[in-house]
Amino acid sequence: MLNPQVMVVGAGPAGMSAALAAAEWGARVLLVDLFSEPGGQLVKQTHKFFGSRGQYAGTRGIEIARLLGEKVRSHPGIDLLLDTQVLGYYPDGVLTMERSFNGESEYLKARPRRLVVCTGAQERPLAFPGNDLPGVYGAGAVQTLMNVHGVKPGRRAVMVGAGNIGLIISYQLRQAGVEVAAVVEAAPTIGGYAVHASKIRRLGIPILTSHSVKEARGERELEGVTVWRLDERWQGIPGTECDFEADVLCLAVGLSPLTELLWQAGCRMVYVPELGGHVPWRDEHQQTSVPGIFVAGDASGVEEASSAMVSGRIAGLAAAASLGLCPCYRELAREAHAQLEVLRAGPPGEKIRRGLARLGEVARAC
Amino acid sequence: MRIREHPILTFPARRKVTFFFEGRPLEGYEGEPIAAALHAAGIRVLRESPVLGRPRGFFCAVGNCSSCLMVVDGVPNVRVCVEKLREGMRVERQAGKGNLLAAVGGGRASGLDSGAALHGCGGEEGA
Repeated sequence: MLNPQVMVVGAGPAGMSAALAAAEWGARVLLVDLFSEPGGQLVKQTHKFFGSRGQYAGTRGIEIARLLGEKVRSHPGIDLLLDTQVLGYYPDGVLTMERSFNGESEYLKARPRRLVVCTGAQERPLAFPGNDLPGVYGAGAVQTLMNVHGVKPGRRAVMVGAGNIGLIISYQLRQAGVEVAAVVEAAPTIGGYAVHASKIRRLGIPILTSHSVKEARGERELEGVTVWRLDERWQGIPGTECDFEADVLCLAVGLSPLTELLWQAGCRMVYVPELGGHVPWRDEHQQTSVPGIFVAGDASGVEEASSAMVSGRIAGLAAAASLGLCPCYRELAREAHAQLEVLRAGPPGEKIRRGLARLGEVARAC
Repeated sequence: MRIREHPILTFPARRKVTFFFEGRPLEGYEGEPIAAALHAAGIRVLRESPVLGRPRGFFCAVGNCSSCLMVVDGVPNVRVCVEKLREGMRVERQAGKGNLLAAVGGGRASGLDSGAALHGCGGEEGA
């Protein structure tokens, strides 16, 4: 049985920041991740980050993963347990894990004094005939295949979703040598930043707004995609169909928080569509309704990596403070909250602010 | 298909290994996910769904969606988007839900009846 003071599940931007923040104040931290390298989804993000310097603006995601990964590996207070899948949370506060190595695996248990859940999010599917055909992928999965493993998903792609993820990955498909037939967006306007949209347009890739997938076609694998125009009630308009030959269909239609451990632990969950679905209720210290269990990053509501790093830092500091380890907690947390406010400012942060307000209302109603 | 040229990324040289897909020898890189090696060889149908027998492939790449379950070295339900490739692996498409008892030596043949085998998996360490 492992007995860390703080256990962090997930070594992405939130989890690494949480582990570093807690260890900074002397906590013995166990940081666990399913993959062989820390970094989470940063390891595939070849684009440069926006935001402020504190959150590595102007730096590529892959570079941030390397920098944070080095800090985590070299910190004497952090035990990094890689290739390890957390299996479950039990009522006595024990977490079970399976660690894999050279084709073998071992079963491990930990009973941490504080738990920080930074499990991230998964990509959403979209309902249309043929959506289960091989060749229909989450856009982020294709990004992993290309940018981490150096493998092309196919020859010619259609992208669904003109938010930042859809636009960025369309560009990266071209960088990998995959043709992009079109970007399809159900909303009447492009959701992502104009700078990303213009890059796509300059490559001659059409962005079809108010369009969605009618059907994916193919016998054993994807061979083509039929899209159609949507009316103002988001229903397909017969007669407006357009066929694309494609062996790859990428879905960039949003993410859902990965919250299984939080459900198991009995954390109070609230449905907030703006934050990606069911999210744990938590206070300003990122603590859930179960004392001692904290949450950060996309698992607490889908945003982006910069705010994940900051919410991770708050959770890590709060976990350390609750153990009596962080005397300056109030001041440090105030600084971090100010950074979050900047990251969530303006029109791009509007949806997140609405979601957080809704979460606050639910909290007050109880 | 492997990416040969990329404006930002370089892919470090890794050790080539031979593995077997449905008995056919293929090459891949040691330690990459099995799904990546199969994609590089143009294989995208990874299993057949349990009820309708429809082909399924790679979808989430993070070990969550269960679209890519295959039989690896006789063990069913292996998530090939996260399972690393090793020399000599035998990888097969999975039909249906897979048979774990067959994988651990066929239940009775290993001295356990199926009930005892299942009990051993769930009883001792459970909550």
